[in-house]
Amino acid sequence: MTSFEVDPKLYSPLADSQLNVELDTGDMILNIGPQHPATHGTLRLVVRLDGERVIKADPVIGYMHRGYEKLTEYRTYPQITTLVNRIDWLSSFANEVPFIGAAEKLMNIEATPRALYIRTILTEMARISTFLLFLGEMGLQVGAITPAFFGFRDREYTLNLIESATGGRFHPNYNRIGGLKEDLPWGWVAECRNTMKKMLDSCDEFEDLVMGNPIFQARTRGIGIIPAELGASYGVSGSNLRASGVDWDLRRDGEPLLPYNEIEWKTFTHQDGDSFARYWVRLQETRESARMILQLLEQLPAGPIMAKVPRIIKVPEGEIYVNAENPLGEMGYYIISKGATGPFRVKIRTASFSNVSILPWLLQGIYVPDVITVLASLYFILGDIDR
Amino acid sequence: MSHLLAFDIPGGWGTTLGIKTLIVMGLIPVGALVLGYTFLLKMMSHMQSRVGPMDPGGFHGWFQLIGDGIKFIQKEDIIPAGADKRVFKMAPAIVVMSTFLMFVVLPAGPNAVVAGALHKGQGGIDVGIFYALAVSSLSVIGVLMAGWASSNKYALIGALRAAAQLIAYELPLVLAVVGVVVQAGTMNLQGIVFAQQQGKIFGWSGIGSPFILTQFVGFALFMVAAQAELTQPPFDMPVAESELVAGYMVEYTGFRFLFFFIGEFGTAFVYAGLAATLFLGGWSIPHVNGEIANWIGPIVLFVKIMLVAFLMFWARFSYPRLREDQLQALAWKWLIPISLINILVTGALKVAF
Repeated sequence: MTSFEVDPKLYSPLADSQLNVELDTGDMILNIGPQHPATHGTLRLVVRLDGERVIKADPVIGYMHRGYEKLTEYRTYPQITTLVNRIDWLSSFANEVPFIGAAEKLMNIEATPRALYIRTILTEMARISTFLLFLGEMGLQVGAITPAFFGFRDREYTLNLIESATGGRFHPNYNRIGGLKEDLPWGWVAECRNTMKKMLDSCDEFEDLVMGNPIFQARTRGIGIIPAELGASYGVSGSNLRASGVDWDLRRDGEPLLPYNEIEWKTFTHQDGDSFARYWVRLQETRESARMILQLLEQLPAGPIMAKVPRIIKVPEGEIYVNAENPLGEMGYYIISKGATGPFRVKIRTASFSNVSILPWLLQGIYVPDVITVLASLYFILGDIDR
Repeated sequence: MSHLLAFDIPGGWGTTLGIKTLIVMGLIPVGALVLGYTFLLKMMSHMQSRVGPMDPGGFHGWFQLIGDGIKFIQKEDIIPAGADKRVFKMAPAIVVMSTFLMFVVLPAGPNAVVAGALHKGQGGIDVGIFYALAVSSLSVIGVLMAGWASSNKYALIGALRAAAQLIAYELPLVLAVVGVVVQAGTMNLQGIVFAQQQGKIFGWSGIGSPFILTQFVGFALFMVAAQAELTQPPFDMPVAESELVAGYMVEYTGFRFLFFFIGEFGTAFVYAGLAATLFLGGWSIPHVNGEIANWIGPIVLFVKIMLVAFLMFWARFSYPRLREDQLQALAWKWLIPISLINILVTGALKVAF
C-alpha cells in the first residue's frame, strides 16, 4: 500500500465531519492488589472498568500458597496443629478443633468434658475476635476510620484472654489428641465473664456507631446481593449464607464435635443477602457468642483435661471427613490414615476459598467503591484461600 | 503600633509586599500544623483510643508532629519512571498556592488584612469573598496535574473524582455565601465583619448580630460544601485510602507529599477562617473598637477558627464515605435547591425589613 492510498477500513467519508468524531472510550484494566489495603493481604483482582463501572472481575489467587496440605504428610498429628493454626490466622483456635476432632474420631478417643467445654469457649472466643475485627474493618473499608480502632481495641481483650489461657495470641497450639495442653489459669473464668459483658456493650456500640449510620446504610444496602440458591451452589457458607436467608449452621445442623446442644442459643438469618445483611448477621452472632460463653462458663464441669491416650500416637487406618462451623464458614478436613504417626493425605476445605469463588459473578456491573464494600463484607482471609 | 499590624510600613511598596508575602508564607504552614497537631493527632487519638500518637516524647505525645516532619523531610523524593516530570513536580506547589491566595483576604483585625489594606476606608478588597472562592478552585488544576502526571491508574481515577467533586461543590459553596452577602450588602470581608459587629438583634446590640443566627441554613450548607472542597470524610472519595489507596497523592513521597498535607490542612484553616468571618463575626467583638481591637482581633479570630475546625474534624472522624454518585446526588438534588431557597427567603426578608 503506497502512502497515497487510504485503507477503506480506517477511512469513512463521514470521519471529516465534526459530528462523527468520537473520543476513544476504551475499557481500562485495573489491578486491585496483590498489594492493596482492601484485599486483606495478597488477593489480586483484575478488574475491567468502563469509567468506574466494573465489566468483568477476575480474582487471581495463589500469592500466599504455603503448601500446608503437602506439609501435613511429613508431620505427626500433634505437630500439625501448628500448621493448621496458620490457615485462617484470625481464628486459629477454631482451625485446630476439627482436625484434632477428626484424629480423635479415627482413634476412638473421647476428650474429657472439661476439655470439650474449654474448646467450645475458646472457639467462640476466636469467633468473637474475628468478627470484632470484621465489624471495625468493614467500617474502615466504607470510609469511617473510628470503628476500625474500636474493633481492634475490643478484640485485644479477647486476645489477652486467649493468650493467658494458651500462651499464644494468634497461634495457640493448645489442642492435644484427647484433651488440651493444660488447664485454665487461676482467675481466668472471672476475667472471662467480665470481658464477655464488655463484648456485649461493644456490640451495642457498633450497632449505634456503624449500623445506625445513614451513610453506612446507603453504602451497604442493596450492594452485592447473593441469592440464596446461587450462594449455596457456589459453596458459600457461614454467615455469608445465613445473611442470604439460609438457616444453616454446622454447630446445630452438622455433627458438632463440641457440646453446642447443651446450651441455649440461636442462629440469625437475614432476608436481604446484601452487604448490610452480612454485617447485621455477624454483629448478632458476635453477641450470641458472648452469651454462649457466659452460659458455658456457668456450666463448666470440673475434672481432668486430658483423656487416657497412648504415649506414641498412631492413628489406625481409615478415612474420615470432619467439618465444623468456623467464623468464616464451613471448614473441613478429609484425612486418610495408613496407620502411621502422621496422616497419609489431608485435604482441607476452607470457607474463604468457596466464598471468594462467587466474586466474578458478584462484582459484575457495580462501581469501584462497591467492589471494596463487597470484598469487605464477604470477609475472607488470604491464608484461608491459599492455605 | 497599629500601622505595623496593617503592614503600613514606610519603605515603599516593594518592602511592604515582601513583608506581607513572608507573613502569609509563614502563617499558612503554622496554621496547618496547629490544626494537624490539635485535631489530627490529639483529638483523633482521644476519639479513637489510639495509642501511637499519644506516646512519643513522653508528655501527651508532643513529639509526634516533629517526628512526622523529620520523617517527611528525610524521605527519598521519588518520581515514577513514566511520570511527566515537570508537571509532577509542579502540581503540589499549585495546590498549596491556591491556599495562600485564599488567605490574603482574610481580615484578622480592623487594620490587619494582607490584601488592599486601608485603601478604601475600611480596608480589604471590595470583592473579597468572591475572590477567595474563585481562587479556591485553582487547586483543582493542581490535583488534576498530579493525577495525570503520576502515570498511575489509581491516581488518575482519584484526580478525575476530585475534579468532578470540587466543581460540583463549588456551586453550593458560592450559593451558601450569597445569603450572607445579601444580608451584609457587601462582598468585602471586612465589611461583612463590621456588619455583624454593629448589627442589632431587635434593637439589642449585646452580641452584635452574627449571621449564623439568621443564616444558619447557609452556615450548614457552607460547612458541608467546605468539607467536600477539602475532600475530607464523608466526601473523601478522591483520596479514599481503602479504595484508591491515596488517590492523586499515591505516587508522591517525602517533601512533595508534605506539600499536599500542608495544602489540605492549610485549606481547612482558611475555610474555617472564612466560615468564622462570614457567620461568626470574624475578628470582632461587639463594642470593642479602636486600638485594642487590633491586638485581640487575631486571637478572637483564631479561637473562632478552632471552633469551626473542631466541627469539621469531628465530622471527618465520625462518618463513613459516600459513593461518588451519592455525592453528586447530594450536591445537585439537595444542597443547590436548598441554597436557592435560602437566597430567595433572605432576599425577600431583606426587602421586607
